[in-house]
Amino acid sequence: MEISFTVNGTSQSVEVADENTPLLWVIRDVLDLKGTKFGCGKAACGACTLLVDGEAVRSCSYPVKFAIGKKITTIEGLGTQDNPHPVQQAWIDEVVPQCGYCQPGFMMATAALLNKVPNPTDDDIDENIINICRCGTYYRMRKAIHKAAKLRAESEMNISEKV
Amino acid sequence: MAEEDNHSKQVSRRKFLVRGGLGTIGVLAIGTYIFRNNIRRELLRMVNTLEMPYADNTDKPMIWFEVTSENTILLHSPKVEMGQGTFTGIAQMAADELSVSMDQIYVVHAASATGNVDSVATGGSTSIASLWQPLRELAALLREMLLEEAARKMNVAVNQLTIEDGVISGGGKSLTYAQTTEGVEEWKVPDKPVLKNLKEYKYVGKPIARVDLKAKVYGDPIFGMDVQMPGMLYGAVVRPTKIGASFISADTTDAENMPGVVKIISEDDFVGVVAHSMIEAENAKEAIKVTWEISNEINTGAIIEMMTVGNGKSTVIQKSGEALEVEDDFVSLEFRSPIGAHAQIEPNGVVASVEGDSAIIKISTQVIGITRKEVAKRLGFDVEKVNVVPTYLGGGFGRRLHTPHAVQAAVMSKAVGKPVKYFFTRKEEFQHDMFRPPTHHVVKGKLSTEGWLTDLEHHFVSGDVGNNSALIPGFLPPIIGADIGAIRGGFIQYTKVPNYRSVYWHVDLPFATSWWRSLGLLANTFAMESFIDEMALKAGKDAVDFRLQQIGDEVIDVRLKNVIKAAAEKANYSEEITNGRAMGFAASIDAGTPCAQVAEVSIVDNEIVVHKVTVSLDPGLAVNPDQIRAQCEGCVIMGLSAVLYEQMFIENGELLPTIYGPYQMALMKNAPKEIDVILLQGKDTPGAVGEPPLGPIGAAIANAVRRLTGERLAELPLKLPKTT
Ligand code: FES
Ligand code: FES
Repeated sequence: MEISFTVNGTSQSVEVADENTPLLWVIRDVLDLKGTKFGCGKAACGACTLLVDGEAVRSCSYPVKFAIGKKITTIEGLGTQDNPHPVQQAWIDEVVPQCGYCQPGFMMATAALLNKVPNPTDDDIDENIINICRCGTYYRMRKAIHKAAKLRAESEMNISEKV
Repeated sequence: MAEEDNHSKQVSRRKFLVRGGLGTIGVLAIGTYIFRNNIRRELLRMVNTLEMPYADNTDKPMIWFEVTSENTILLHSPKVEMGQGTFTGIAQMAADELSVSMDQIYVVHAASATGNVDSVATGGSTSIASLWQPLRELAALLREMLLEEAARKMNVAVNQLTIEDGVISGGGKSLTYAQTTEGVEEWKVPDKPVLKNLKEYKYVGKPIARVDLKAKVYGDPIFGMDVQMPGMLYGAVVRPTKIGASFISADTTDAENMPGVVKIISEDDFVGVVAHSMIEAENAKEAIKVTWEISNEINTGAIIEMMTVGNGKSTVIQKSGEALEVEDDFVSLEFRSPIGAHAQIEPNGVVASVEGDSAIIKISTQVIGITRKEVAKRLGFDVEKVNVVPTYLGGGFGRRLHTPHAVQAAVMSKAVGKPVKYFFTRKEEFQHDMFRPPTHHVVKGKLSTEGWLTDLEHHFVSGDVGNNSALIPGFLPPIIGADIGAIRGGFIQYTKVPNYRSVYWHVDLPFATSWWRSLGLLANTFAMESFIDEMALKAGKDAVDFRLQQIGDEVIDVRLKNVIKAAAEKANYSEEITNGRAMGFAASIDAGTPCAQVAEVSIVDNEIVVHKVTVSLDPGLAVNPDQIRAQCEGCVIMGLSAVLYEQMFIENGELLPTIYGPYQMALMKNAPKEIDVILLQGKDTPGAVGEPPLGPIGAAIANAVRRLTGERLAELPLKLPKTT
């Protein structure tokens, strides 16, 4: 069957044999967007986190049929080198990644958190950021999340000043 | 533990050739290295310091650098990047010696076809240390060659020339490196390149941002799992869920008719399926009915019984003075560590493309050379015909020292005539890991009337770490008599104690165990440093002073004492409990790098909470202090995860759990909110970094808990007794 949705601002229609196919595999193998990672396939690690209508979703356990007509954002659509998302800028400033494999999932989860809680406390972070990083970059990530909140607030201020 | 410098390697033979590249002339600097010392001495060094030497094949040309038409340098790294930051460190070293800026240098994984791959492995924490001398010499060599050539082209004497950012200038003229390489037929190769003075370095020693930072922040497809090849199909291999199961036969009838299935591949040692998508391959795999012969259905209890000091074969790895006698009045404590999983987030995977008599293998591997040989052997190909192209690793930790999946993918690719991608499910990752072996330790000690140790003994048993590994030459274990991986961290570091010894016991386990970041260090230091702490308490002495007074006076001992003092001072180490928090202290030496840690711990709802860890490390010369800090932070958190939460167990022959969550690991909420890292420099060359900080963490936490609760937790993962 054909499934249509928007991915990183572009409308996409894909043919899937089974509408229960996890969104992750459609994103990675059909649309060839490899930034969203496979770690466990059981919603247990968060490597596959992306945004569906702004909400963080573990795409390995999210049937593609639920995405019909929705707006999907992956790490490739979060920001660009010229216009990084505050989360990406903060990640660069704090030099967070080690192996890097878990990082897109964490950045997407953080972007979703900041949409809901623009200025998260440590407890907010502990409760909401529950992905796994084997390299143990949590210490820098926490700093980066606070920094991203600050950058995001600043950029919003700039935008509202301009308007 | 004697130390030797890194100057034992030098450029011994080198050849350079110039090759026409695409539209430009590239310089391929080809150098080969051998050890100045004979192999025996080198092996001895490896055993003494437990360092992995940088090793290469000396009979093939190797590509290290390419000068591109954009005047940038491509550095082909013989080591892989798995997060440890090696690419950044070697880029800094090369940029400085080549007089180019950091953004003019690009590091790529050397493919095995370039010849420049480490023939042993990436691991053992010594990538930077082992490349420090040879890489800088090679870069200096290339710089001098370019200078000579530029001098000739511009007709200006070499001593009139200066270099800045890859541009050679003098006598009012200038040439970029790229221009210099144009049209060169033969290069003049200097005999012995002159290294710059350390003070001239702009990048070495600075906290330069990781060279792979942007790729990792923007989600570039750099990992093995991301590899895509034209016409690629997906493979899956049937694996048993029980330990020691051997393959008898398989009924593939149902699977053959499943949607998307291209071919079922039945080999003597495995059954695989190739399909059009990963999901189709997995579904078909589930439909294959395999008959396994199960040899035994053991449980964790049986393993614990086996892993008990006194079982198996013993080797004294260190001794001084007399051994304790049974009738002596000594303190004896036992410690245990469980089976640990690597649990790296990127599953093991590979894309193999076999065409005719050659193969391309794209893979996250720590053992490029071994992967290559194994594939070649299985396919009956010439080794030269197998090109292993390493990708970035989504975590290594020792897991990727074993790559039989590359062989299976190659067999499947050959069978279908298309590239085949194949990776482990998470369940397979957990059940077919090459685990960190469980260990058991008996530590004994006796105090003098003044409260100093007169005797100290560490008896420990472990499964294989280095033995039976393709990495360790088969002749080595019998010579040494001990598993060089399992004994890491197992030595007595309090050599002022008159009588001490360390005895390693080896037991064969019914499942595969291997290298897990820091090898024996995590468990050995946990046991030793917990015991020392208990003895300090018994002696009524300060935990820091008790250690300092009993460490010897060799160079490495002095470095150890310095990190201990620095950690204690920085953390304001105190034996008091303040606001419900206690401090725990521990120290270790691993691969020539001393590390001390102070953990600040409290108990909340009967759970151990680690608030802050102070790390003091002496890695020698810090090529990139920020990345060394990152490694310390990572080791603290990975170590905390292992010592507080992680544990595999065996139920009726099945290794469990098979998923994150049940295999509990540290999350954001469990990571200390403060990690304070102090770096000391006790020698003028770089030393090991990526594993040594894993040593002290277990005991540091346990020692803090001891002060809070009076309870000596002697088993990993550390669990407080249930409150009623
Ligand atoms: S891959 Fe989706 S949560 Fe692990
Ligand atoms: S950076 Fe390696 S798993 Fe997070």
